[in-house]
Amino acid sequence: MSSQSIRNIFGLTLGLLATGGVLAAGADLGNTTKQATNWVAIAMFVAFVLVTLGITRWAAMKTKTAADFYTAGGGITGFQNGLAIAGDYMSAASFLGISGLVFANGFDGLIFSIGWLVGWPVITFLMAERLRNLGKFTFADITSYRLDQRQVRTIAAIGSLTVVVFYLIAQMVGAGQLIKLLFGLEYWIAVVIVGVLMVIYVTFGGMIATTWVQIIKACLLLGGGTLVMLLAFSQFGFSLEKLASQAVANSKKGLALMAPGAFLSDPVTAVSLSLGLMFGTAGLPHILMRFFTVPNAKEARKSVFIATLCVGFFFTVVAIMGLSAITIVGTNPQYFEGGTLGGKLIGGNNMPAMHLAHAVGGNLMLGFLSAVAFATILAVVSGLALAGASAISHDLYANVIRRGQATEAEEVRVSKSSSLVLGVVAVLLGIAFEKQNVAFMVGLAFGVAASCNFPVLILSMYWKGLTTRGAIWGSIAGLVSAVLIVVLSKAVWVTVLGNEKPLFPYEQPAIFSMPIAFFAAWLGSVMDGSVRATKEKEAFEDQYVRAQTGFGAAGAAAH
Amino acid sequence: MSEDVVARIEANPKYHDLVHKRNSFGYILSVLMIIAYYGYILLIAFNKEWLAGKLGAGMVTSIGIPLGVGVIIFTIILTNIYVRRANTEFDDMNAEILREANKR
Repeated sequence: MSSQSIRNIFGLTLGLLATGGVLAAGADLGNTTKQATNWVAIAMFVAFVLVTLGITRWAAMKTKTAADFYTAGGGITGFQNGLAIAGDYMSAASFLGISGLVFANGFDGLIFSIGWLVGWPVITFLMAERLRNLGKFTFADITSYRLDQRQVRTIAAIGSLTVVVFYLIAQMVGAGQLIKLLFGLEYWIAVVIVGVLMVIYVTFGGMIATTWVQIIKACLLLGGGTLVMLLAFSQFGFSLEKLASQAVANSKKGLALMAPGAFLSDPVTAVSLSLGLMFGTAGLPHILMRFFTVPNAKEARKSVFIATLCVGFFFTVVAIMGLSAITIVGTNPQYFEGGTLGGKLIGGNNMPAMHLAHAVGGNLMLGFLSAVAFATILAVVSGLALAGASAISHDLYANVIRRGQATEAEEVRVSKSSSLVLGVVAVLLGIAFEKQNVAFMVGLAFGVAASCNFPVLILSMYWKGLTTRGAIWGSIAGLVSAVLIVVLSKAVWVTVLGNEKPLFPYEQPAIFSMPIAFFAAWLGSVMDGSVRATKEKEAFEDQYVRAQTGFGAAGAAAH
Repeated sequence: MSEDVVARIEANPKYHDLVHKRNSFGYILSVLMIIAYYGYILLIAFNKEWLAGKLGAGMVTSIGIPLGVGVIIFTIILTNIYVRRANTEFDDMNAEILREANKR
């Protein structure tokens, strides 16, 4: 395998993992064919929508204050929040993409399942309680705690919105492709449905509705996935060795299925991807926001543990599904175009999980899993939209433009209009990018999260010396370097812009852009001799005591 | 008023004990996690042959597969260990510190 094609796989895989961008990720996945209208799937999806709209109505009645809107009043329990975090994080694409990867490449798919999980302990050990103790609505509450509110919030909001917008576009394009494929609906109709439902959940039901949509989706996805996995695994007598030996016998790759392939042959890319996954997770605004929905640090820790458990279990289930599909789907001609075994899989490379559902549970199971995939996209985009709207209303409007003088009602009103605007933008861009390769957008979202949001956030919690100038320099350096690296790498420079050769050899920015951000934050801080900087350093002790003990933390409303 | 409470917390040796214990516990677990994960990634980058080795005679499952599942389980166990200790021992200490600071 040439290094070119390895980089291809990287871009593609990151796309697969993070978003619904799966189906639009590679050249051969770009144009999914519209399938016959799947009525079972549509009926089940309509049922899901009716239930969630009912919940939104109930949530709208309970949403009275800004705290209710942004964080469900801090009244979500640790267990509920853990499920919601998992629901926010497990995308349709990680489900379909990783099972597809395992189906095609075996071992290499497993590597990505692991990468997707390891950010969680870091969040638990280093960030969870400080986030909860210092934050109120957005992570900028923490970075700006003792620094200049207006400057730091502005740059934090830019970082958040960059992540949210790129992630949203990738999700929208993936949603359109996936739904066209699974439900037999037109691409634009699918994108509009996702956009409209997202705006309804977020504007009317705020965080309460978003949380419950995510909880229900997490249960459906875990339940449905586990059921299909068990039915498939039972055909191998629940023996891993039997499963593996049959997969090896039935795969074109043979024994190579069980060995690491070319995915991580280049150590720089391997480590950079791993850094981006690990610390990008810890800088995603919609994930960080979930920590403010629980009443205290104890519940915050509990929720990350539940989330880690769910996500770890989920990726194990997905890997077993992929391996089972090699034998069950791979030897059944009805799942291949023209009935040619080993030819092109009907619907493309991300369909093994869906075909497996059909093989072990018939049309009913296929319809159910399709509906779950749709629900999954809705839950992820709703979380993103809420995080984006909060950055606009709480950070930019209330604290930068109105300098903290806006009333709660005004702030919530701006938040609702922002989510409407974000919805319209997401739908328009989703339609505009239909035929584009959007895989790079996820890499970019994670790169920016790891380089612009994470360094300043962690420094603000741990380093007394961080000043406003340092925070601004660090954020800008991280943002600019991550974006530049992605744009100049093959993913954008060659694949999207059609140039001959990439100007930068690596597609994964984190190994370069994270150190640049940390260095700039340090340099900006130590060179800051202003009176303000001295005061900011003095304020650290007070912040530290509060971060450690939870003294003065935003309380919970009784729900 | 609230500055007084913060000052009283800082003056309490129990607070420094808690911060020291909890932070070092968090750092140790983070380092363990980083070693496990990046160790695995570096094995994949530099020693594919060993990972591709068979688990036993006549078996097809490679060493890398249970090891990978092991990293997933290790992640979950490590998180559980931290959360358990933080939610009992550390939170009890924390509650006591806050009680003492608010009493006077």
